[in-house]
Amino acid sequence: MATAGSSSASTASTAATAATAATAAAAAEPVPEARFDWIPLALVAGLALAGWPLVGSTSTWLTLTVAGLAMGMIIFIIASGLTLVFGLMDVLNFGHGVFIAIGAYLAVSVFAGLGDWVTSESVLRNLALIGLAMLAGAVVAGIAGVVFERLLVRPVYGQHLKQILITMGGLIIGEELIKVVWGPAPIAFELPAALRGVFTFGDAAVEKFRLLAAGIGLVVLLGLLAVLNRTKLGLLIRAGVQDREMVESLGYRIRRLFVGVFVAGSALAGIGGALWAINQHGVTPQIGASVNVLIFIVIIIGGLGSTTGCFVGALLVGLMANYTGFVAPKVAMFSNIGLMVAILLWRPQGLYPVSNR
Amino acid sequence: MSTGWLSRLLSHDLPRSRVLALVLAVIVIALALTPFIFPSTKALNVAAKIIVFIVLVASFDLLLGYTGIVSFAQTMFFGIGAYGVAIASTRFGPTWTSVAGGIGAALVVSLVLSLVIGLFSLRVRAIFFAMITLAVASAFATLASQISDITGGEDGLTFKVPPALQPGTEYTAEPFLGADIDGRFVTYYLIFVVAALLVLALLRIVNSPFGRVLQAIRENDFRAEAIGYRTVVYRTIASVASALFATLAGVLLALWLRYNGPDTTLSFEIMLDVLLIVVIGGMGTIYGAVIGSVLLVLAQNYLQELMKFAAAAAEGIPVLAQLVAPERWLLWLGILFVLSVYYFPSGVVGRLRAMRRGR
Repeated sequence: MATAGSSSASTASTAATAATAATAAAAAEPVPEARFDWIPLALVAGLALAGWPLVGSTSTWLTLTVAGLAMGMIIFIIASGLTLVFGLMDVLNFGHGVFIAIGAYLAVSVFAGLGDWVTSESVLRNLALIGLAMLAGAVVAGIAGVVFERLLVRPVYGQHLKQILITMGGLIIGEELIKVVWGPAPIAFELPAALRGVFTFGDAAVEKFRLLAAGIGLVVLLGLLAVLNRTKLGLLIRAGVQDREMVESLGYRIRRLFVGVFVAGSALAGIGGALWAINQHGVTPQIGASVNVLIFIVIIIGGLGSTTGCFVGALLVGLMANYTGFVAPKVAMFSNIGLMVAILLWRPQGLYPVSNR
Repeated sequence: MSTGWLSRLLSHDLPRSRVLALVLAVIVIALALTPFIFPSTKALNVAAKIIVFIVLVASFDLLLGYTGIVSFAQTMFFGIGAYGVAIASTRFGPTWTSVAGGIGAALVVSLVLSLVIGLFSLRVRAIFFAMITLAVASAFATLASQISDITGGEDGLTFKVPPALQPGTEYTAEPFLGADIDGRFVTYYLIFVVAALLVLALLRIVNSPFGRVLQAIRENDFRAEAIGYRTVVYRTIASVASALFATLAGVLLALWLRYNGPDTTLSFEIMLDVLLIVVIGGMGTIYGAVIGSVLLVLAQNYLQELMKFAAAAAEGIPVLAQLVAPERWLLWLGILFVLSVYYFPSGVVGRLRAMRRGR
């Protein structure tokens, strides 16, 4: 008895010494930092350069590139929520398109409601109008997100098959309800007066709104990165994506975190939807379903659950869509699928694979 | 026993419920005798559509119900089959050779496409499959409506079938038991027999050792892999087989309609119909496809009339009139779909079988 006790005590003390030694050693060496993987970013630049000879003229190329980057930024805003929702809780939401459509249609309503702000020449009013449209889209899409999560997503946690079916059903219902409220016909609308037209750089014409959209996208990206990398909330979200159970066992309610991310993601999709509608100068009830396809491609390319991957994927898809839309419009859709196939051949888990998946 | 051959025919996968067996028998007999009992054109069209949908949905059940993977590209393969026959008949004239050529080409295209999609998406994760099929199917639908010199674009293709199947071909001078024995009559029975063979073949597949492995993968893919079955290979083969059966269903539809266009075979609405039928009928039963198709196609053809009445009655009431308008059919379909996935996951067939077990 006594010998056993002393021996276990001595083991404990050795272990303690070893642990201190290890801590000391770790403190001496700098914490190894994960090296940032630059290759996918280089891919974006590569695609942009490859587009140059294909398009032919430099001025057209510049126009298309800016349009592509703007489109990519908008897609990123929409897709970021979806990829986080998947990363955090393994929930694949096919109904994300509903929030896009809500954002787009609220932009229509805001533009229609404040008609004289659209025609007003004042830049400030025009910008305020777009800001209001985005805000309205975000708020209503966020509320819709709460309802959607509660009614459709929560009952089927952990069942992929049912999740896909139910959220797809949710997309259809949402689309039909939108038709009930706003009517089934496509609605066209005009850009605010001050944002119409183009800036010209030499021969190249760059639409003003495209620049604005890219700018807004950049702001959202920086905001998102700041929240994810500089706040405790972001730390928890990133940790949850890496290892959900570990975060839970440390005492954090991952469910509550997830609901927050889901709602935030829906609101972002609403903002993105508003911008998308303005960018396309119109909306159709199918907007949600059609953008859905693009963002699926984006999050698969980026690696499910990865925010950085989602960003790079969105830029790639945006550029690709614009170049091929110009060079060979009939196969524009397939070019993005081809891009996805090529990237999956190279990195089967996407550009930035999230560990543990 | 006289049930011996029947049991063998059904691959020993019997309905396992007296009510279900009775309902199935009534459906099969009604479909077999439709040209005699309900000789009107509309009834015949509805019956032919039911038959085609039974094949299409049963092929989808192989994937969703038995293998447990969701595909949104079933209508794409359905469309490939229909376009194969339509394009070949338009280009090379209404002969059996061109029909056969069209079927062959469609099967090859479906085989290659489903193999590539399967290998690509199933290699990584099974849920990729749902997203990738959705993307490919929507790209394909866009493409089909854009290359209008080949596919006829949005208008689609109206074509002639071989003379033996044309409505003008009369085989007897007098109607036989109230039915005109003409090309349509022959076409109907051709579709009926081929569809019956295809469904029986699917029953054979799901009850074979191969089918058992698929079910094992559905229940627990990790364990199936651990036992030594290559899940990627099995899932890919299942998706290819399912695509080929869907292609043949498309061929049957094209032969019946003598027309094909994007809205008839490729539209997402049809994909939703297929999903709803599988879920309502009962996933992983094949028989569910039969019951579900009858319910949905009948509802679509006769319930929409009812909605027209309701809409007329509710005219003037702002939101309600909108909600019951026939154009909002899809809204109710969507709600029904979500509710059935929640509360009715085993479908009609599952319920009937459970009733028997409960007793």
